[in-house]
This record gives sequence, structure tokens and C-alpha cells, in this order.
Amino acid sequence: MNEQITHMAGQVTAGKMTRREFMGKAAALGVSAAMASTMFADAARAAGPVKGGTFKMGVQGGESTNTQDPALWSSDVPIAGGQQWGETLVEVNGKGELEGLVAESWEGSADAKTWRFKVRQGIEFSNGKTVTPEDIMRTMERHTNEDSQSGALGIVQGIESMRVDGDTFEVTMEIGNADLPYLLADYHLKIQPDGGFDDPNSAVGTGPYVLESDEPGVRMQFVRNPNYWGGDAFAHYDSVEVITLNDATARTAALQSGQVDIINRVEPKIAQLLDRAPNLSVQNVSGRGHYVFIMHVDTAPFDANELRLALKYAINREEMVDKILRGYGGIGNDMPINAAYPLFDDSIPQREYDPAKAAEHYKKSGHDGSPIILRTADGAFPGAVDAAALFQQTAQAAGIPLEVKREPNDGYWSEVWNVQPFCASYWSGRPVQDQMYATAYLSTADWNDTRFKRPEFDEMLLAARSELDDAKRKEIYSKMGMMVRDEGGLILPMFNDFIDAVSNEVQGYVPDPNGAMMYWYASKFTWKA
Amino acid sequence: MHPIIILVAQRLALSTLLLIAASALIFAGTMILPGDVAQSILGQSATPESLANLREELGLNDPPLTRYFDWLFGALQGDLGTALTNGRDIAESIGQRMSNTLFLAFWAAIISVPLAIMLGLIAVRYKDRWPDKLISAVTLASISIPEFLIGYLLMYFIAVKLGWFPSVAMIGDHMSLLQKLQAIALPVMVLTLVVLAHMMRMTRAAILNVMQSAYIETAELKGLTGFQVIARHAFPNAIAPIVNVVMLNLAYLVVGVVVIEVVFVYPGMGQYLVDHVAKRDVPVVQACGLIFAAVYIGLNMVADIVSILANPRLRHPK
Repeated sequence: MNEQITHMAGQVTAGKMTRREFMGKAAALGVSAAMASTMFADAARAAGPVKGGTFKMGVQGGESTNTQDPALWSSDVPIAGGQQWGETLVEVNGKGELEGLVAESWEGSADAKTWRFKVRQGIEFSNGKTVTPEDIMRTMERHTNEDSQSGALGIVQGIESMRVDGDTFEVTMEIGNADLPYLLADYHLKIQPDGGFDDPNSAVGTGPYVLESDEPGVRMQFVRNPNYWGGDAFAHYDSVEVITLNDATARTAALQSGQVDIINRVEPKIAQLLDRAPNLSVQNVSGRGHYVFIMHVDTAPFDANELRLALKYAINREEMVDKILRGYGGIGNDMPINAAYPLFDDSIPQREYDPAKAAEHYKKSGHDGSPIILRTADGAFPGAVDAAALFQQTAQAAGIPLEVKREPNDGYWSEVWNVQPFCASYWSGRPVQDQMYATAYLSTADWNDTRFKRPEFDEMLLAARSELDDAKRKEIYSKMGMMVRDEGGLILPMFNDFIDAVSNEVQGYVPDPNGAMMYWYASKFTWKA
Repeated sequence: MHPIIILVAQRLALSTLLLIAASALIFAGTMILPGDVAQSILGQSATPESLANLREELGLNDPPLTRYFDWLFGALQGDLGTALTNGRDIAESIGQRMSNTLFLAFWAAIISVPLAIMLGLIAVRYKDRWPDKLISAVTLASISIPEFLIGYLLMYFIAVKLGWFPSVAMIGDHMSLLQKLQAIALPVMVLTLVVLAHMMRMTRAAILNVMQSAYIETAELKGLTGFQVIARHAFPNAIAPIVNVVMLNLAYLVVGVVVIEVVFVYPGMGQYLVDHVAKRDVPVVQACGLIFAAVYIGLNMVADIVSILANPRLRHPK
């Protein structure tokens, strides 16, 4: 039997046998379906990519209000679509390393103030126009000028000047930033002809696929970009569809009935059950996204650090990961950084659930014993209402009276988050520590949702930013992490995994900590056997 | 002038007034939603500068009354404006969505209305015997189960297990009629199950009511069979209430199927409206609201007129 299987695998590798034939014959030989499926996958991978076919992505997070203007993207469907048609200067790969896209190479000056990006030679937009450094500069201008509505506005602040030098785009920062290329990998900063000034919605870019039709909130259809600079090594499908599937049951049913090839946001509670279904596999990867409870450190009673510590000790992180994430995630440590970040210090002690300590800190805080109101909503993060209830229970065990107040999803981000002093929220994480801290923990940050304003913290952030010695940087980041952990307004019980489910027909899928569906690049790297 | 024409004209005028009142209500409703469109578009990634810039560009700083009347006069001229969120022409987007909604509603109605009336007639014919009880039990059970659950059940058994029809009812211009019908098979089934009971029960009740009359007894004494009596003598006199409930259900099929649209990923008006409410896209919400109100008022007007026409006393006034 072994010989026959090996022979069949050889046939697959040579492209002479389809999956259906292989599975049928393997079954006849008494090989279990799961086993045969694995063998087929191995054989097919050895055969290398197969060209052609349509790849259908069923994505949660699309609305009929979506646009193709990268500046306005915030939900998953437009971002997934954008990864098909557009490219940033550089990208962060699955190992956390930078790779060039529109930029062929880049270098920073010794003080990390001036960065030069050399545009990839002969690269063209999908409308046939050659990409110039001016296009790059105009893109940066559109996202950073004062009239910008771009979601990247806060990310790329502090630009002193920009200029074009031959085939190079040069940007000078007010303060040195060793991580600048990481910031420019932000998905909003898709390089567009003339920076998108003449038509932000054109969906013309340098990506592996070209937008063919767009029905917001329904689907986007793409065809392969024949002039893609990456050539034959990438983008093996003839066409790609990004289909909006907001309902979790509709999403899993569509994958099970073969109407889509991959889905994102599998609900943790059904992930294990779904994994047992034939012809598909559930893939999870721990990322940088996290679910949080945030306190405003400048508002009573949360202005007392003793009370904040009491609440931090009163949450059971393991239980949250078990019950809310069903094990699809990692425990947090009240700082927004985990091992998925470069320069993470893993020697920082883990904070544990300790009702005795919590009670002690609560007593020291001198709180009057009136209920502490925690606001939550289903939309704050999946399972936020249940998580708040768990928190209430564990806090009660420590004698801390929490009152959970459920808010409507509608308007949560405008009326509750960053407005009310104590609420549930989430962060999707950033590629580097500097960006995460600068986005939400710097005194001047717009989204400083814990009102954490500490000059010494800001100084450390700026020092680390222009520090080119990794060992020193790591040390500074470690101190900053400890500071947020012990003095900040952040209660971070868990980091959530990205959970995809992928059809077994799809080959070459590798989980990517940057986001779901290989950070939406599954269409670029996978193929169908 | 013929009194029927006067009656119809009255109905039309009333409906128009009602429509304008509805548009004012819709507008007031959108004003009291928390947050504004700029905040909703930018979501968690809103910064004060980008908010201010977006508000300025979208004209959100004008007073509400000015915005309302500008829009109302535009709408009267067929110009619904552009969506604040993605800059698309509203009339064009709604046209596409509306035709999808009507397509689904049409096929659901084509199947459910005759079926409901048919079942109603059968139930009357076999009143209090097993066919009547079976029909009542099945239709009442299907109306009592939440529609999304019926949707999930059909999806699991018919789409996932049997693979007969797709679970994603996405239709597009490139599809033939047959492909489209195959795509919408599951939502049509669910909608049929949902609206069947209401219409069936009303048909049954209305005809049974008429069956008490003396002329039915006369017809029976003449020697007509059970079905002939019901079809020729009872049904025509029960049309008014039946049409009323049929129209109510048709209106539901057009304006109330957002849950089914979400479950089956059908690109209709319901999802379109909900998305734009969530983003505070006032012009689109008002346009949708107005269209929904027009459909509702229009269908009810048709029901009224049909009832009038079906009533000989109104048709032939002394």
C-alpha cells in the first residue's frame, strides 16, 4: 500500500492527479480521509503553485458605505480589497521583518531623521502609468496635510520635509525615528497615482490584482494584474472575489458549502467544532490585537493608583482566555505589548489574579465602597459583555463592587469609548512598540484613552525612537512597559488570536501575525490544487 | 363626478400628506441618533483634526432645517444627492438595491400568495378535519419560529448537507434568470414560510365568516359542491379583508426582510439602510425611509381601493 500511495503522491506532484481522484483512490486503499488529505496537501505543495482559478474570500466587516479611498478605511472588507489592488512602500512580513513593495530599497541616516526610499525600477500602476517618486510624495502629502481625513494622519505626524531626489523619495522627520519604515507600512498609505489627489476612489495601484467591479457591502471582484512587478512568483489566481459575509453562521455555511475558499473571524466558541468538518481547517495565529478595560487616570475614583492596582489584581486573565476566547488567545499583562512585538522583554513578571492583594489595594485606596461603573457593549469586542460579567464576579470575590452597565453598540465609539472613565474596548495592535505607545500612551496622543500623561514616559518614548542600539532600546521599552503595567489605566486581560478557516483546496496558507487571511495577502501567496 | 373617483382621489391626497409627514419624522429620527456622520465614518480612528475636516467637507455645520428642505426639494426633482460616506450617487445605488429587493419580494409573493389562499380555501373546505388542522399547525409553527432560525436550519440541511442550493444568495447582472432563481431559492423558501400563516389564517377566517350567510345555504341547497360554493359565492365576498392582509405582507416582503438579507447575504435595501444608519449617512437614510414609507403607503392605498372596488354598494351608489 505504501508504494501505491507514494506513486499516487508522485502523480499529484507531477500534476497528473486531481484531489478528487487522489482522495478516492486513497479511500479504496483504506487510508482515512484526514490522512489522505494531509498526504495530498504535502504532495501538492511539493508540486509548487498551480495557476488559475478563482479565489473567494468571505470577509466579516463590510458595509454598503465602504469606499475605495484608502484614507477612509477602518473595517476589514475595504482593507482586504485594498491589499489586492494597492501596495504600500514596504510591508511587514509574517516574521516581523520589512520587505520592499513599491520601494526597492531604503536607508536611514545615522540619527534616523532622514529616510530615503528608492522606487522599484519600471514598476507600473494598473492604469499603465509608471510609478514615480512624486506619486509617493503626493500620497504622503494627501495623508498628512491639514485637510486630511486619513486614518493614518496620527501615524505619520512630525514630518519636517519631503523631497524627491532622482528615483528616490526622501523624508526628514522632526525627531529621529528608527521605526519609520514600519509606520509607512500602514495599510492606509497605498501609493496611488498623484497620491490619489485627482481621484481617491480610483482603486488604481500596483497590487497583484486589479479591481474589476465593486458593490460596497456586497462584493469586490478582481482580475490578475498582468503587469504585476512580482511576476509569476505571486498571485496565482486568475480572479479574486472579496465577499462581505458579516453574519457568522452565513460565513461558516458559505465555507462549508464551498461558496468561499477562506473566511475570517471564526467565532472561538465554534472553532473546534468547525475544525472537525471535512475539507477545511481552522487556522489561528496569535497577534498583537488585544481586548481591554480602560480607566481614565485623571478621573475619580480612577485617579488613585491603589484603586487601579486593586482592579488589575481583581481580574482573572486565565479564565478570560478560557471562557471568552476559548483558548484562542494569550493572557495579557496590563501592557499593550506581547511577544509578537520586536524588542519585547519576556522577563517582565506576569500579573496574576489575587483577590487578597486586590482587597488590600482596594482598602488602601480609601474608596467609599459605592459601585464602580464599568461600561460595555457587544461591539466593544466579541464577548465584551460576558467578559465584564466575569470581571464583576472576580472583583466581587475581592470585595470590590463593580456595576456593569451595558451600552448600545450604536454610537459606542463616539459616546462611550474615550469619553466615559471606565469601559471595555479593543486595540488591533501596531507593528512596532513605538507606534503602539505613540498612538495611545503618549501625553499628546489623540487616542490616549487612559489619559496616561507622564512627561518621563514621553521622554523615554522619544529617546527609544531615535536610539539605534537595539539592546538599549529594548531596555527603555521594558521600563515603559513596566510603567504602563504598574501605573497606567490599562487593564489588559487578553490578546486575541486571528482565527481563519481555510478550504483544503487552498495550498500555501501560512498564518501571519499581522492579520487575518495572511494579512489579506492569501490571494497573493496561495493557490488551489 | 363618480364617487369612486372622488374616493380614490381622496386616498391619493391623504397618502401624499402622510408621506410628507413620514419624511419629517424620519428626519427628526436621524437627528436624535447619538454621534454624527463624521464620527461614525472615522470610528475609533477619529482625531479632532480629521473630524473637523470631514464635518466641514460634508456640510454638517449647516442648520438641520436647511439641510432638510434642500434635500426634500432635491428629492422632488428626482435628485437624492450623493452618499456622505462613499460619495456614490444615491439614486443609482438605491436603484440597484431596490430592484434586488423587488426581485426577491416578487418571487416570494408569486409563491406565497396563491399558496396561502389555496391553503386557506382547503382549510375552509375541510374545516375542523385533519387537513385544516395540519395546515394550521404547520403554518403557525413556521410563523412562530424566528425567521433567522428557519434560515439557519434550511441553510444547514439544504445548502451544507444536501448542496442543492447555495447558502449565499448573491445575485449579479451577469447571471441568467435561472441562476438567479437558484441563488434566491433559500431566502424565498424562508420568506414564504414566514408570511404564509398570516395570509392563510385571514383567508380562512374571512371565508368562514361569509359561510354563515343565508345565500351560502341557498347555494348549498341548489346542490353546488363544497368547493364551488366557496370559490363562486364565498370567496368574492371575502376579498376585501384578504387583500388587506396580502398587501400588508407584500409590504413586509419589501421593507422588513433585513434579517433574511443578512443571513443569506442578499444585496437588498434592508442591509443598505442599516449600514447607512450605522454610519449616520442622513441623505441615504432619508431616501430609504421615504421609499419604504412610499411602498407601505402605496400598497395600503391599493388595498383600500381594491376593497372599495370589491364592494358592490360602493361601486353602484344609489
